[in-house]
Amino acid sequence: MTNNMLPPVLVFILGAVLIPFLKGKVKAGYMLALPVVVFITLLNLSLGNTWIFEFWGYELIMGRIDKLSLIFAYVFTIMAFLGILFALHVKDNLQHVSGLVYAGSTLGVVLAGDFLSLYIFWEIMAVSSTFLIIASRTKESREAGFRYILVHLIGGLFLLAGIVLYIQKTNTIAFDYIGLGGIESYLIFIGIALNAAAVPLHAWLPDAYPMGTPTSTVFLSAFTTKSAVYLLIRTFPGADILLVIGALMVSLPIFYAVLENDIRRVLSYSLMNQVGFMLVGIGIGTELALNGAVAHAFCHIIYKALLFMAAGSVLQMTGKIKCTEIGGLYKTMPLTCLFCMIGAASISAFPLFSGFVSKSMIISASGKEQIFIIWLVLQFASTGVVDHAGIKVPFFTFFGHDSGIRAKEPPLNMLLAMGIAAFLCIGLGVFYKPLYNLLPFAVHYEPYTGAHVIGQLQLLMFGALAFTLLILSGYYVPEVRSKNIDADWTYRKFGSMAYKILDNGLNLLNRVSEGFLIEFVKGVTSCFKNAATGISLFVFVNFWLLIGYRDKRLEIKKQQLYNDVLHGILPIGISAGVAVSFIFLMYVWVK
Amino acid sequence: MKKELTIFDNPKNVKRLQTGFFLALIVLLIAESFVEMHGYFSVEHFYGFYAVYGFISYVLLIFLAKLLRKIIMRKEDYYDQ
Repeated sequence: MTNNMLPPVLVFILGAVLIPFLKGKVKAGYMLALPVVVFITLLNLSLGNTWIFEFWGYELIMGRIDKLSLIFAYVFTIMAFLGILFALHVKDNLQHVSGLVYAGSTLGVVLAGDFLSLYIFWEIMAVSSTFLIIASRTKESREAGFRYILVHLIGGLFLLAGIVLYIQKTNTIAFDYIGLGGIESYLIFIGIALNAAAVPLHAWLPDAYPMGTPTSTVFLSAFTTKSAVYLLIRTFPGADILLVIGALMVSLPIFYAVLENDIRRVLSYSLMNQVGFMLVGIGIGTELALNGAVAHAFCHIIYKALLFMAAGSVLQMTGKIKCTEIGGLYKTMPLTCLFCMIGAASISAFPLFSGFVSKSMIISASGKEQIFIIWLVLQFASTGVVDHAGIKVPFFTFFGHDSGIRAKEPPLNMLLAMGIAAFLCIGLGVFYKPLYNLLPFAVHYEPYTGAHVIGQLQLLMFGALAFTLLILSGYYVPEVRSKNIDADWTYRKFGSMAYKILDNGLNLLNRVSEGFLIEFVKGVTSCFKNAATGISLFVFVNFWLLIGYRDKRLEIKKQQLYNDVLHGILPIGISAGVAVSFIFLMYVWVK
Repeated sequence: MKKELTIFDNPKNVKRLQTGFFLALIVLLIAESFVEMHGYFSVEHFYGFYAVYGFISYVLLIFLAKLLRKIIMRKEDYYDQ
């Protein structure tokens, strides 16, 4: 199949190049038009492979269009639109360009039908997202960005190694279901799992994402992890290990989210927890579970972006984002507060909000397959979500203790972006059928049964009761300024320790060797220099004695020769003569 | 100066919210008797299972998190030292 439309990835990446040359309203309109063009392109595609290019005898497929890739492409494009709208007031071109390249390369990954183009877009994603992290231009963000890109380059190397072995084994660069088997599949799995922030390869996420600017973190929250989820659905559905990783991911980060002081870091741990639900769905691997994972990714991208937008608005308007420093903001930011609460209700999976219609598919799938432990863990994690994202984020930001800060609402474009996202969260929760129709497999699932609604509401509301009782009695976790160590400790503390060990070990060896070498060379050269002087004196003094030089004259001659030889200022002719005769002697000797 | 919302400065309103919340909890518990809790596991058939599980999970989460804090908490400038 051929078509005369430009691939979405090129619309975004080539489109981004023009941004620095535009100004004012033209620039704003142009940036918003790019995702609209891509969305129209996507709507006009028919199923099958398209945008196929020949490259060194390989067939690059930049448009594998099926139901799975399309639904991800849709939501990433919607997300790009929301992200651009939210950041429309920002003057910094670096953020706009890298944001669009990031969104474009993610679409490239999602639509890629072969490993070569996938890998190229994968690396562009890593690099462009790094620019979004360092866009704050602070020391912390630069350091976090540096750690981020190192971790992702290592992940990329795993993926590349896996891809090379895969191509060698199968003789094709096209890919679809792989499944865990040979070494190449494990390498590819590790590469993808790292981008999904799978435990224990997750620490880059809560380390780097909270370092972005108020607007760039919104972009970051959407693309990397969910494109990895897409790839896992395509390549490793039903892999049992994903059940274990997913179960760890839904449960471990919620403890960190409870303790964390920085709201955007709370949301980062919450992001991991939500991706955990998706990985469990992929691990279960049935049609219902995979549908659930896809639907959950779709809803999650929007409500998580909404929550990061609310947090970004607070950060932008108050300059603060730590629980200990903010509070009582509902008084002057009621709209932001309302949008944040809609995001919170969605992530908590309250009935009539988007999370309810997607997460429950995954939990039901675990029940249907009778995996009791996983089912219990998912229900436990759902309560955890109510705590950190449903209650903690809105409560400590907009209510809680009054910080005395009276910040205004953010600019109109930010409010609009949040408004649209909030509208989608409720829209998806109420009219879920269009979303279900987009899912890769036919859906025979009804989320709004009496039992399900009552059960879910009980779970959430009695969790909220626990919060109320704990906070009233003073037993709730107190908010303190702190740093909680996570897996990044290994490369941050241990890394710097290793650096010191290497510095003191290997570099010491270096210094010793260097010292030895210098002393040795100095000794050898002075030895040769003295020897040369000695020999010259011996030869010439005898010669001079022979021709009758005595006393004062001999002394002057000796002194002259000594100085000349020692300081190397014998006439060049003599050195040249010696060198030539030396070469001559060598020649004779070799012969 | 823009008008401020002060609805929760009034303790009466906070009290009203709390009363509404507790009423909702009671309604939810009663509502369970009107629907058939068809579940995948037998535990789901215990009356109020979700309410109890939600409450216990939450309390457990908070107390375990407090324990975890003793192990993982460091000063804010831990990595800069």
